[in-house]
Amino acid sequence: MSDDNDNNVRQSRHTLGQRVFLFLGSMDLAITLLLTLAVASIIGTVLQQNQPYTDYVIKFGPFWFEVFESAGLYDVYGAMWFLAILTLLVISTSVCLIRHTPGMLRDMWNLRTHVQEKSLQAMHHKKQWSTSSTLNDAASELEINLAKQGFRVKQTPKTNEILISAMRGGLNRLGYILTHSAIIIICLGGLLDSNLPLKLAEWQGKLAIETRDLPLHQVPEKSFLPVGRQAFRGSVHIPEGRSSEVTFVAMRDGYLVQKLPFKIEVKDFRIEHYATGQPKSFETDLLIYDKDLAEPLATTISVNHPLIYKGYSIYQASFSDGGSILSLEAWPLEQQAGSKTVNFEAKVFENRQIKWGEQNLRLEMLSFRPFNINPDPTDEDPDRIRNFGPSFGFKLRNNTGEALEFLNYMLPVERKGREFYLSGVRSNPADEFGYLYLPIDAEGGLDGFNHFLMQLRNNELVKRVADEMMLETLVAFDKDVQLEQNLQNTLIELTTMFVQGGFVSVNQFIETTLPEAERETLGSAYLIMLREMLARIYFSEHTDIDSSNNAQLLFLQDAVDAIGSLSQYRSPVFFLLTDYEHVEASGLQIVRSPGKPIVYLGCGLLIIGIFILFYLPQRRLWIIIKNKDSRTDVLLAGMSNRNPREFDVFFEQIGQLLKQQNGNSNAN
Amino acid sequence: MTNLAGTMITDNSSALSQWLWRGLMVLSGVVLLSMYSHVFDSYEVTIVVFSAVALSLLGQNWPSFRRHILVVTLLSFVALYQYGSDLTASNSDFLLSYILASQSAFMWMSALFVMATVAYFLGLLLRSEFTEKVASALTWSATTIGMVGLMVRWRESYLISPDVGHIPVSNLYEVFILFAIITALLYLFYERRYQVRSLGGFVLLVISAAVAFQLWYSFEKGAHEIQPLVPALQSYWMKIHVPANFVGYGAFAMAAMIGVAYLLMSWRQAVAPNGLLATRLPDLTVMDDLMYKSIALGFAFFTVATVLGALWAAEAWGGYWSWDPKETWALIVWLNYAAWLHMRMSKGWHGRPMAWWAVIGLFVTLFAFLGVNMFLSGLHSYGTL
Repeated sequence: MSDDNDNNVRQSRHTLGQRVFLFLGSMDLAITLLLTLAVASIIGTVLQQNQPYTDYVIKFGPFWFEVFESAGLYDVYGAMWFLAILTLLVISTSVCLIRHTPGMLRDMWNLRTHVQEKSLQAMHHKKQWSTSSTLNDAASELEINLAKQGFRVKQTPKTNEILISAMRGGLNRLGYILTHSAIIIICLGGLLDSNLPLKLAEWQGKLAIETRDLPLHQVPEKSFLPVGRQAFRGSVHIPEGRSSEVTFVAMRDGYLVQKLPFKIEVKDFRIEHYATGQPKSFETDLLIYDKDLAEPLATTISVNHPLIYKGYSIYQASFSDGGSILSLEAWPLEQQAGSKTVNFEAKVFENRQIKWGEQNLRLEMLSFRPFNINPDPTDEDPDRIRNFGPSFGFKLRNNTGEALEFLNYMLPVERKGREFYLSGVRSNPADEFGYLYLPIDAEGGLDGFNHFLMQLRNNELVKRVADEMMLETLVAFDKDVQLEQNLQNTLIELTTMFVQGGFVSVNQFIETTLPEAERETLGSAYLIMLREMLARIYFSEHTDIDSSNNAQLLFLQDAVDAIGSLSQYRSPVFFLLTDYEHVEASGLQIVRSPGKPIVYLGCGLLIIGIFILFYLPQRRLWIIIKNKDSRTDVLLAGMSNRNPREFDVFFEQIGQLLKQQNGNSNAN
Repeated sequence: MTNLAGTMITDNSSALSQWLWRGLMVLSGVVLLSMYSHVFDSYEVTIVVFSAVALSLLGQNWPSFRRHILVVTLLSFVALYQYGSDLTASNSDFLLSYILASQSAFMWMSALFVMATVAYFLGLLLRSEFTEKVASALTWSATTIGMVGLMVRWRESYLISPDVGHIPVSNLYEVFILFAIITALLYLFYERRYQVRSLGGFVLLVISAAVAFQLWYSFEKGAHEIQPLVPALQSYWMKIHVPANFVGYGAFAMAAMIGVAYLLMSWRQAVAPNGLLATRLPDLTVMDDLMYKSIALGFAFFTVATVLGALWAAEAWGGYWSWDPKETWALIVWLNYAAWLHMRMSKGWHGRPMAWWAVIGLFVTLFAFLGVNMFLSGLHSYGTL
């Protein structure tokens, strides 16, 4: 490579083909490619790769989504232009290797026996002395001593003089060959394991990527990959007690189905925990059924301990719910739904239609976790980690297709000594959950809350309480039928509004109906009246009215708060988990990578090559021995292709050594 | 005063002490293996053998390193003895609570590194060889107590609970300490080899920065607490992948700081050839050579580390290469220094452009080391800030 400069001079005399060859093998191109590859690689680390395409559309908008898609930015490392850079790098490295290997090999063996004294004299490192030994004696002494120092030595007799050529570390040149061929080998191995063949098959129309979420038997034959020797990297979630003979290979925004020559059954999936609650291990008991096996192969895999069977590697990659069965109790939150609870069973990942009052709703069970050792999911107390109990997530979709997503935690959370069920709601997956706090009554259930809600919806009760309150309020005034009627109506109206729309509706009512001048005074009077009404309704059935009972007052306050925010919760129903049967699914990654041994070979060569290149310098020494008068003159010169500073020291030492052992010599 | 700067020292140990050292390493290896053969698997046996060989090679021509290892061993044993099997001993025992418990040791290490940095610069400023020698001694002490801290922390993790126990190279806090120690050792190696002390301040500057970060990380985020390992990290590969990586990071950091010194020197030489820096810093060719040496060393170890990482990934994640952000940034670092080395070895570039490039390289490395964990998500996400 050091002769690049000469090449530039000679270039004009080359044919076009030769010029292309020289360009491809040039150091400038190589360095440019290394840096281009580095910069191009950054893209894929900044933009998260291989996400669902809908996420990208949300992130970039439809225009930029398409621009980025056509540039292959969602799978940069599989994009054609990226592969082109890699290919160019491999070509450039190969050309370099082809150009320089013959010279390097020669240089590894060749002891350079044609040097002249003139060129030795011109070297930076040289030493001269004379000895009384004869020409031949001196030569053989020096040869032996150099050989002791690990040099390969050769004597070349010339007229009146002997030239000794010596070399150590000729292997250094091998370092160049090893490192550069290693790069080519690694890239070829990587190519074997890439999904390029799948892409080619797709272009030829032999394969079709499936993007729909279909049951396996409905996936068209064109999306299946047969059992073969090709590389793939697929994943599959298998619930406990179930098995699979395929794995799914993710491609862009869809997948292909890779058939396996055996059947994998997941017997059990386990998560072990440390005392602190953090996960300690994920492991799966597997059974492999294969017609080549007399007995099914039983084994356990865990993270860092995969199973390798017939060239297929099976890894513990993830886990998920495998269709847990949840017993749910539905509590009515809306008027039309009546006052009774309904019990039913639901299975995670399954959808069911439920009729709720007059509404038809589709319940889509999304997730279940038997416990949540988390920081608090709300902003209240985010630093403390504790168990929030089982949780389950679901969507409720109405007739128009609109869906709200919910996440219910089933171990009551504690706030200021009171307990609540926590239920998160959001309409957009990108949003954070907003939380509803349902107060738990003294018996530990939702009856108290439900009862209060029903009381508020009992028109007769509301009317009676309003009547009582009106009479008590107006007791000091003269009787005025109109005023009585107005006040009673207002009280009923406020209560109804509150039950239907929470404090939001009440405030709206105040702002829209009251003249601005009276808004402040009358508005707060309204709110005080409303609270009084709510309290009277709450206590209406209690015979032992004890307004000093703090617990009851607090419960009332919490229930009022909860009802006040029901309009934002927007669900006609609250689901309570009464029992569950937990079924887990183990996420397995199944990989065939025939290129792996090749890549490893390349890696080994690369490491050996680099260490040879840096730490095994090629050192050459020449000695010319001449008869001069009765004595013998010795001229030692040397050079090294690496680490000049170490060579300074080395040359000094070996010079001294040779001189001392070279009979009774004296420096010249 | 004879200026020895840049003179190579290769060997000044007596043959006896060399053989004693090698013997001691063999003996330690044999004792370890025979005592624990029943719990070691083949990988751990390999690691022990490899460590014994590496230590005996490193120490045979480097007396200070031999002392360092002996003192670390001695102090670690003292700490282990004081602890017994009771972690709370660190609250009551004087030696532990003030010096040897890992947290105390790291505090000492931090203080000593900062003092060493100041001393190196003072020595440079005052043209005082004595001060520089003091700085070297401080750096050795910091490295030693830091290493003791790591050893003791290793034991402490087992005292918390046997299933929590692991080598302390598992999170950002621990590897920052590892980084400081390895960078210091690399520097000390070349300091002796080249008889150059005036670069110490520059290299120690990056170590002090790491120490400052580690202190902030510990006080602000409570990062010093020993956490159990997530399943993905429970592998013998961690024991070799991480340290190899940090030899790489440390060497690249050192190269960058020498690059800074180089640029300063070449600037001052032009402006004030008789000024302090121009006369006190080593020759430009020496710095250029050192810069190359450290990048070459870093590159070699970084390659080993990346390959080890690929082997580990193949075992834990199902593929030797997944284009995970950390992997990709490792590749970017590797490509960057590969280009640097080609420039230097084949095109023969020297001097200022290469020094600038080495400095820029530190930022690329820093991003791979820290930035990825801070800004990008991926499989290596166990060092969040």
